[in-house]
Amino acid sequence: MKKSAAIQGLFQTPVALEALIDEIPTGLLILDPERRIVTLNHALEALTGFLRTDVGGISCQSVLRSRLCFKQCPLLAMDKDAEACCKHSDIINKDRQLIPVRVTLAPVTDINGDIAGYIETVEDMRGIREPDAEFHQAFSYSKIIGKSPKMEKIFQMLPLIAQNDSSVLITGETGTGKDMLAEAIHETSSRAKGPFIKVNCGALPETLLESELFGHRKGAFTGAVENKTGRFRLAQNGTLYLTEIGDLPLALQVKLLTFLDDKIVYPLGSAKGVHVDVRVIAGTHRNLEQMVKAGHFREDLLFRLNVVRLHLPPIREREEDKRLLIDHFLNTFSSHFGKSIKGFTKNALKLLKAYPYPGNVRELRNIIEYSVNICQNSYIAADQLPAYMSEGLQENGRETEADSSAPQRQTAGTPAKAPHYTSNWPEMEKQMILDALFSSGGRRNKAAETLGWGRSTLWRKMKHYGIE
Amino acid sequence: MITKILIPIFGNDVSPRFDLSAEVYIATLDAHSQYLDTRIVVLPQISAEQLCHLILTENVNVVICGGIEDEYYQYLNWKRITVYDSVIGPWEAAISAYIAKNIQSGDILPNQKETDTHD
Repeated sequence: MKKSAAIQGLFQTPVALEALIDEIPTGLLILDPERRIVTLNHALEALTGFLRTDVGGISCQSVLRSRLCFKQCPLLAMDKDAEACCKHSDIINKDRQLIPVRVTLAPVTDINGDIAGYIETVEDMRGIREPDAEFHQAFSYSKIIGKSPKMEKIFQMLPLIAQNDSSVLITGETGTGKDMLAEAIHETSSRAKGPFIKVNCGALPETLLESELFGHRKGAFTGAVENKTGRFRLAQNGTLYLTEIGDLPLALQVKLLTFLDDKIVYPLGSAKGVHVDVRVIAGTHRNLEQMVKAGHFREDLLFRLNVVRLHLPPIREREEDKRLLIDHFLNTFSSHFGKSIKGFTKNALKLLKAYPYPGNVRELRNIIEYSVNICQNSYIAADQLPAYMSEGLQENGRETEADSSAPQRQTAGTPAKAPHYTSNWPEMEKQMILDALFSSGGRRNKAAETLGWGRSTLWRKMKHYGIE
Repeated sequence: MITKILIPIFGNDVSPRFDLSAEVYIATLDAHSQYLDTRIVVLPQISAEQLCHLILTENVNVVICGGIEDEYYQYLNWKRITVYDSVIGPWEAAISAYIAKNIQSGDILPNQKETDTHD
């Protein structure tokens, strides 16, 4: 083995290269342009069993013995402008162990920009893959919780979806957990080591968004004083999550479509494209099919994104999960705020179960966080929940407070509908009257009784709202 | 005594992986280490099990290979086959080293740096 190389100019005195790389706890391999080993660090010596004093000048494939070498060595396709790439593979070490590894490869260029060699990091994945069982606890996947049939179905699909590189479209109402789902897919995929970049397509004006996503060259427009790397390139080897894809302007939809086809990004003001290896996940609360019909969303883009579609159900479609979520958030916030809250009073629990949560899991989470914050006893009472919850339900037949007949009254007669909440009180009250009249078969006496009003009050309110 | 030697190959080299080899070199030597037969066999499937099966059906006595999983190494040993593993270098150098009784597991054979090709 030749004498150790020294690095000059980095510190006041020259430093031995090996001494520097030996401090890195990840396996590191430095190759010449012909992919022969220049040196490797102690971590890789320990992983492969080969000593750097023995293998200097030998081809990388003979020492690393990775599956990648037999398929298609990624270094063969790397030119001086290539970005680092990350691949999962396995190696067989000198102790005859098959070890799953994650290999990151990148070209090293000299000061003239020509390839001087390559650098590879090799991570042992044995310790990282084992905690998978802890990661997927009962009734959950990553940080998403649920035991309803709809959620179970999603949990069953997720590991399969995570393992391939297809585009994913996540739909669902606001607060259902689209962002968390996208992150969970990223974390359980082979791209977990790479970045997870989130871009809100509705948050920026069109011109800024284009530069933000695809980047720009210096001088591309007034104010472009420097080159900018777009989010697509920042997400290299990782996942790009485009939230609120329904708000993406039509002009950018075309550009995104082009990217999804050929995986090449053209920064603003540049004729030269850059190949990027990025998985695209899109999320929206809008109905994209309707937007396509209305001409606000490109049909071909919808087809490209719609490779794998996941729909997150709102809370009203996963009643079984309400209690699970309530208990989960109570435990989380109790321990987070250092409180010893044991649970909810009967009335509080009834109120929490009856409330329809138009803001879905996010609203439920915020409600529990609020109540844990203000609760000073062992049990959270109904009056420690946000006032707007009980106000709506009290008026709706005073069904929330200690009235055990309320649920029966709802289920009796015609099919019980979940209370329909609208944005303002008059509309809500009108809807309540209509619901009561509907369930009583049009009999005003019974409807007034259901609502807890006198007959004259009901008549007056009906007249006020123009109900015949 | 006739000796049959099998070397999984990758280009001009001993294949770095036993389980991923698509070709093998088989040489038959007589008691005086003279070649009776040599041939290269292209495997129908890339599989360590298939390769083990070939080694047994061909009555191979010696295997010279690169990285091999312990499971297959122990199996071949149990079948009384001598395995020299973690050998790096051209397969022609490997067979010469065997004939010269100068080979052992983990050897990095001479001329590897000069003759190595990047397939």
